[in-house]
Amino acid sequence: MKYNVISYALITLAMILATVLTRFLPFLFFPAGKKTPKYVIYLGNTLPYATIGLLVVYCLRGVSFTAHPYGLPEALSIAVIALLHIWKGNSLLSIGGGTALYMVLIQTFFK
Amino acid sequence: MENQYKKMEALKYAFPKTVPVMAGYLVLGAAFGILMRVNGFGIFWALLWSVFVYAGSLQYLGITFFTAVVNPWYALFMSVMLNARHLFYGLSMVDQLKEAGRFRPYLIFSMTDETFSVLCSEEVPDHLSRYWVYFFIAALDQLYWIFGTLAGAIAGTVIRFDTAGMDFALTALFTVIFIDQWKSRKDHRAACIGVFCSVLCVILFGKDVFIVPAMVVIISVITIGYWRSKDKEERI
Repeated sequence: MKYNVISYALITLAMILATVLTRFLPFLFFPAGKKTPKYVIYLGNTLPYATIGLLVVYCLRGVSFTAHPYGLPEALSIAVIALLHIWKGNSLLSIGGGTALYMVLIQTFFK
Repeated sequence: MENQYKKMEALKYAFPKTVPVMAGYLVLGAAFGILMRVNGFGIFWALLWSVFVYAGSLQYLGITFFTAVVNPWYALFMSVMLNARHLFYGLSMVDQLKEAGRFRPYLIFSMTDETFSVLCSEEVPDHLSRYWVYFFIAALDQLYWIFGTLAGAIAGTVIRFDTAGMDFALTALFTVIFIDQWKSRKDHRAACIGVFCSVLCVILFGKDVFIVPAMVVIISVITIGYWRSKDKEERI
């Protein structure tokens, strides 16, 4: 593996900057007592929901539905995660169970 | 001496509040450490992230940044999108942290989803020092996360079983957040916009470059929705 320290350092800096920006900006731009613009509140009520949808698609972007195994391991695991999560509502159980199932599926049945 | 006593009292009060977070952070932190390790990134990077990035889902996503050695600007853009929800935690904490003084920078930095959910419903009894309690809650949570990361990164070096497919934890994490968000509100338009626009952009632009167009399309559609709801308000 090519070990590209400078790239890794820059990516790390970008991630730190993103955390600091998103956590500190509201305190700089909208100090206590000042009215927050409606558009910003609207974005706050919508953007986080759309972003998670985007990220689920991002994680699955490499899955092929036209070639073996036709996205079956992913579909099955996500179905189990959804059922577990709706049933028990325990994040650790859903994430752990779904990941374990996926590992078993791709290492044995869909090799 | 009295100050020392005040701190101990605050810590005693804060600790039980953090217990529900402890299990989650130790396990998710350890899973993160293991994933970093099995993808070939050492304890140094894992700890650096848990101390200075300190954002669970972003750190998981960051592993894909490292494996693909992405452009740092792309990493920044994606990270800001993923972290955007923190902008709005901030908005609702502005008043609560107004008088936090020297604790304020750290409290703002350490406001993860879990710490936020503990702090926003926290009403500290009058005899305790409010911001010491806040500080201990936030700091204990981060310590759990760091310990989890360290334990996972060490475990990752001795793991001998086949770890193929373990990366699916990231997909699982986002799926769980998606379901939680879906259950938490009646209006599912934003979630649907996110999924549909992204799928559309994967088809149109291909899986390698879809993400930036998808962000642009999502923000545009949401902004159009905002204008339309504003027009409606004004007409009424």
